[in-house]
Amino acid sequence: MDAGPSLAPISIAYQTYGELNADRSNAILVCHALTGDQHVANEHPVTGKPGWWSAMVGPGRPIDTDRYFVICSNVIGGCLGSTGPASVNPETGSPWGLNLPVVTIRDMVRAQAMLIDHLGIETLFCVAGGSMGGMQVLQWVASYPERVFSALPIATASKHSAQNIAFHEVGRQAVMADPDWRGGRYAEFGVRPTKGLAVARMAAHITYLSEGALQRKFGRKLQDRSAPTFSFDADFQIENYLRYQGSSFVDRFDANSYLYVTRACDYFDLAADYDGTLARAFAGAATRFCVVSFTSDWLYPTSDARTIVHALNAASLPVSFVEIETDKGHDAFLLDEPDFMATTRGFLESAANARGIAQQAKAAAK
Amino acid sequence: MTSRISQATARVDLLLVADMVEPGARVLDVGCGDGALLEILTRDRKVDGRGIELSQAGVNGCVAKGLSVVQGDADTDLVDYPDDAFDYVILSQTLQATRRPRQVLERMLRIGRRAIVSFPNFGHWRIRSELMLKGRMPRTEALSYSWYDTPNIHLCTIRDFVQLVDELGASIDRAVALDRYGSEVRVDAPWWFWNMFGEQAVFLLHRKRG
Repeated sequence: MDAGPSLAPISIAYQTYGELNADRSNAILVCHALTGDQHVANEHPVTGKPGWWSAMVGPGRPIDTDRYFVICSNVIGGCLGSTGPASVNPETGSPWGLNLPVVTIRDMVRAQAMLIDHLGIETLFCVAGGSMGGMQVLQWVASYPERVFSALPIATASKHSAQNIAFHEVGRQAVMADPDWRGGRYAEFGVRPTKGLAVARMAAHITYLSEGALQRKFGRKLQDRSAPTFSFDADFQIENYLRYQGSSFVDRFDANSYLYVTRACDYFDLAADYDGTLARAFAGAATRFCVVSFTSDWLYPTSDARTIVHALNAASLPVSFVEIETDKGHDAFLLDEPDFMATTRGFLESAANARGIAQQAKAAAK
Repeated sequence: MTSRISQATARVDLLLVADMVEPGARVLDVGCGDGALLEILTRDRKVDGRGIELSQAGVNGCVAKGLSVVQGDADTDLVDYPDDAFDYVILSQTLQATRRPRQVLERMLRIGRRAIVSFPNFGHWRIRSELMLKGRMPRTEALSYSWYDTPNIHLCTIRDFVQLVDELGASIDRAVALDRYGSEVRVDAPWWFWNMFGEQAVFLLHRKRG
């Protein structure tokens, strides 16, 4: 691991969709975002909700599971089956907690590469992901250029900005300020810092939206009442909405995991690993890229995407770049935005034709 | 009828540009629109083609066709490309819509070994006569916008362009003028004749060494 120590053995929880074709050329690795998981396109086992990217992944979707073999694994440091701070440290028999070495984006990608080896896949047809998933996409091409045929980094950056780190730090401090956090050893005491984690999620959730979308959706509308109550109840709909986001989040996410995955993003600075020149991270790659940003995303604004595109151009890689017009903020990458879907579909189809992937993997297998 | 003529003319223009590109070259098409030229170049000349396009609709169309196109602006984004990154940098019917055409041309000559520029000739006799006889801002089939809504903010004549090329210290490898029917104006004709009868022009340029 980048932090120094080795971590073994590790568990990686993953889901697959579709079928791997005979020449093993149709595999797409989907990398999930900060609090995502491996349940891209199936009902979530905890929440019962549809997969987090069911707009993008599924039969007939842009990432078409009738044509491609789709893999998504829970990142290490996560909390849905892969090794993370809630996993048991085999040496002590109790949960790792903060004794788990700090995980980086590169560590996550190393673990994914082991999974891809395990599945017997030499070259991935595509690595795709948004936000923290997009960072993993960039890291994949930097670490394993010959193993990635095409790459789809969405709403992401090659490094975390001061503002990004600042928001993450607010979230972490909210978790740590909860008395039930207990120095990260809450599991041993049979408690959970749900209040702190909920506040962290509420603050983070604002950054995933945009001012315009908040105004359009909530404005100053009141929640089930006709006048303010002159109290600190959730009078406004936006308050109620954020409280709901916070409280539902804690049911499916581990507080220490939140510390680890936010830290992984903060430490991400791909250029820094290559003498400060981002283009060098992509030297030797022939991967075809499609970079996507969204106009109202202020967490990873279009300027971040342009930085990536310039580096890819300087490295002479075939790159496409689209900025999608939307007021839905950073979360737009999870939504069914028609231009976004059309671009992704077109990019993957042309790449699939260049790679010689048959229209339907099943048809080719027969 | 008018649109058919201008379409036919545009077609010839693209083929002319494509004809100037060596097979297998590395090409950047600045303002590539819906990717029509890049498609011709990729299919017929087997180039390694890239594009820059301002409109999202254009970029989406290109990406869907499998072309490598980035959303961007000729005026601001060429600066980011390294020297000699391409064998050819093409600016097809876009020069007159840039904010700083001289700078765009300079940058094209820096990042490409050769530059290909096509543009509508504002010196064409029909345009001259519109202004002279009617006293109105010229509107022709090739330049059909009104003065108040035109994207073409830096129109020039063939003579103007030749002078700019000279000022930039570039050399003209090849120049072709097309009349309003898309036929080439006589090659041996003098500049003034081209400037009068060419409705559009295509130039192949390279930067002088040293």
